Amino acid sequence: MGDYKVPELTEFTEIPALQEGAMSHSHPYLAAPEHQEPLGFPGELVEDWHDRAIARFGELLDKSRALRVYLDSCVRCGACTDKCHYFLGTGDPKNMPVARQDLMRKVYRRHFTFAGKWLPWLVGAEDLTEEVLDDWYSYFHQCSQCRRCSVYCPYGIDTAELSMAARDIMDHIGKGQKYCNEIIGKVHTIGNNLGLPGPALADTLEGLEEDIEDETGVKVRLPLDEKGAEILLVTPSADFFAEPHVDGLMGYAKVFHQAGVSWTISSYASEAANFAMFIGSYEQMREIALRIRKAALDLGVKRLVFGECGHAWRVAYSFLNTLAGPWDFLDQKYPIPQHICEFTYDLIQKGALKFDKSANDDMTLTFHDSCNVARATRMGGVPGGQFEIPRAIARAVCNNFVDMAPDSIREGTYCCGGGGGLLTDDLMELRVKGAKPRMDALNQVVQTDGVTHMIAICAICKSQFSKVFPEYGMGMDRVVSLHQLVSNAIILDGQTTDEDDDETKAGAAPTETEE
Amino acid sequence: MAYQLNGQTFEADEEGYIKDISQWSRELAELIAEDENIDMTDDHWEVVNFLREYYEEYQIAPAIRVLTKAVKKTMGPEKGNSKYLYELFPYGPAKQACKIAGLPKPTGCI
Repeated sequence: MGDYKVPELTEFTEIPALQEGAMSHSHPYLAAPEHQEPLGFPGELVEDWHDRAIARFGELLDKSRALRVYLDSCVRCGACTDKCHYFLGTGDPKNMPVARQDLMRKVYRRHFTFAGKWLPWLVGAEDLTEEVLDDWYSYFHQCSQCRRCSVYCPYGIDTAELSMAARDIMDHIGKGQKYCNEIIGKVHTIGNNLGLPGPALADTLEGLEEDIEDETGVKVRLPLDEKGAEILLVTPSADFFAEPHVDGLMGYAKVFHQAGVSWTISSYASEAANFAMFIGSYEQMREIALRIRKAALDLGVKRLVFGECGHAWRVAYSFLNTLAGPWDFLDQKYPIPQHICEFTYDLIQKGALKFDKSANDDMTLTFHDSCNVARATRMGGVPGGQFEIPRAIARAVCNNFVDMAPDSIREGTYCCGGGGGLLTDDLMELRVKGAKPRMDALNQVVQTDGVTHMIAICAICKSQFSKVFPEYGMGMDRVVSLHQLVSNAIILDGQTTDEDDDETKAGAAPTETEE
Repeated sequence: MAYQLNGQTFEADEEGYIKDISQWSRELAELIAEDENIDMTDDHWEVVNFLREYYEEYQIAPAIRVLTKAVKKTMGPEKGNSKYLYELFPYGPAKQACKIAGLPKPTGCI
């Protein structure tokens, strides 16, 4: 796909030589009118786009003090310059976070600061020309909003907020991105990013129930739209569709089964991954989140659990109450919302799950912290729980686990290269190059510790690595879901073991095993 | 973009997915496959036909597990796995096979 060179992996990710304009050709497909208009955005670039863009910029500044502070407070210290995976993978200086911010900052200064209005040449203020707008479209779609740069910024300037604001402004003048806006439209009409209608979802879930029964001899259910269930599971629709995502979904089902709780998926709110965050649209984000509220009320559930998805968990953990609360109708004894990792971890702590760790002995594993989980959320209600809990689960179900280099994990984790609404085929060069820092760190543990597989807890990360691993000479199946490993190792009550496999395979009734 | 076949023009999106799925024909599928550097064998057709049948019933391409299971039934267990499907359609059975089958591209975190 395309004409570019896959970066060579190095022992440590080195700061590349600058290549000005190396990625200026990279931009995603424009949204067509049929993707724009259902979201309330103009179908194509409006005639008075300049004035409308500045007006929208002003509205955002009035709404968000943070945006103004981020635009005002950069002191050019340079701490962020070598922190972005897209800069490290491409060498394009405009992919340095400060340079990306400056694309917006120079326009901010021109229109919203005293000095910039009167002495623009003195303060680096510039008009929003067509050329600058093109730069915005290109380089604000080379930011995966992963927020690694903000960890190292002494002022905590959050480039993700700027790229969200820039995309929102562009949407409002008719210059939206096809991938995100088409997907958001599908959530409004069908209920999920894939466009998977209820009957197809039901058919898919039924098939998975059969697969689990074939494999274990135990009837594990994956219920859909069941009123009165205790738990509503909201998970990315990729979990129904793709590999290795679906192996994780079967893991959640087995955990729920073994916990003895009733649960259900909703065909109305069959999507956790709220893409409206990527385009910085509060209104769209709220509309999508309200589907979850409606589903929870209609089904009469008491608890809300989210599946493995990075930005879903950010929206859920950080914004759900503001967007779609209050959740006073749910059982207040449990976290609202709860992550599936928290759910599984609690059961492990209580000794309620039994595992055969040797089921994962064919793998040596490492864990990729997903950016949104790592830097925008917590798990377990304690600082760092979002790092410890997934690792604790991995260690509980696998014998062979090692971590990658410290500066590439936890709060310093590198984005997979496909987050923030960039997981689209038209940005493949960017995705491959942006994965380099993660691939370097992974390659190190492959060489030194014999790591064979990498765990992810985000649908985007899983798809991105399945796609880019082969570019770097690794098998696409080397990325696995955390709950896929749980699924491999968990021993269900009444499960057929390898020894009695042959005799019970044909029979319908599973054998009972005594505790 | 667009495909030209027997003097007729078939509109497609930027990535080559035809816009009007009712315009699909076997001949057009062969042409799209040629563009994708795929030589259509019986196994390719088996997958493409299944996708179209499934789409007709459910208005979406089948999930990977649904597809591998169907392939296992018709072509045997040695072919009923995603590895074989990727051999047939190197750019992914969901996306590339959908394009050839004249179906819309599945979107999302996939």
